Amino acid sequence: MNLQRRTLMQMTALVGLMASAGLMTQAEAAQWEKAAFEAKSVDDVVKALGGSAPTVSDKVTLRAPDIAENGAVVPVGVESSLNATQMAILVEKNPSALAAIFILPAGAEAWAATRVKMSQTSNVIALVKSDGKWFMSSKEVKVTLGGCGG
Amino acid sequence: MASPMRIRATDQDGVVDVKVLMRHVMETGQRKDAEGKVIPGHFITVLDAKVNDKVVFTAEFGPAVSKDPYLNFKLKGSAKKGDTLAVTWVDNKGETQTDTVEVK
Repeated sequence: MNLQRRTLMQMTALVGLMASAGLMTQAEAAQWEKAAFEAKSVDDVVKALGGSAPTVSDKVTLRAPDIAENGAVVPVGVESSLNATQMAILVEKNPSALAAIFILPAGAEAWAATRVKMSQTSNVIALVKSDGKWFMSSKEVKVTLGGCGG
Repeated sequence: MASPMRIRATDQDGVVDVKVLMRHVMETGQRKDAEGKVIPGHFITVLDAKVNDKVVFTAEFGPAVSKDPYLNFKLKGSAKKGDTLAVTWVDNKGETQTDTVEVK
């Protein structure tokens, strides 16, 4: 636990340093939801994204395998019949829960897919923001080989 | 040095399906090397897709996205056959890569 904390702090310091050195422009640094990506738990991520407890909804569809043989490459997808403006994919037991956020301007469908790493068997959560509220759907994915090993 | 992305965008009955495959190590910052030193994190943070300089899709990645990230999304109304789609990513070290593709 302590070690993870230290790693995180080093990373934070590094990013801060890069921002001040001008390696990252202010706009880019601001656009990436740093607090949300550093949050450990699902609740903290939702809070960092400016929401409260998400509602479980059958209008949010999470596509993920039942069993992932290789935790380093787990295909996941999210789609929704809601009028979504933002979507996110979270892995509950990863060191930081949030894996990816998708921002949907008008003209983009509420549909996205990517591949994520999973350290261990865990719930994968899809979040969808519609009308300022967060909705979610989750599924347990069993991992036979973790994706965060050295 | 960053390698070009592989992008494919196809218009099917008004819905443009975009698939992007990036080349990136996506190092988490959690792993240690043989000497036990932490390998610093190096990962893509923000990806923008634009048509005519207008952002049509944005993705933000954390280190939990797999190495050589794959992204698939769909546009309905903001892109059509013949448009040029420009995809740009920026990583946490400030490196950036832009590639374009014509919507087929």
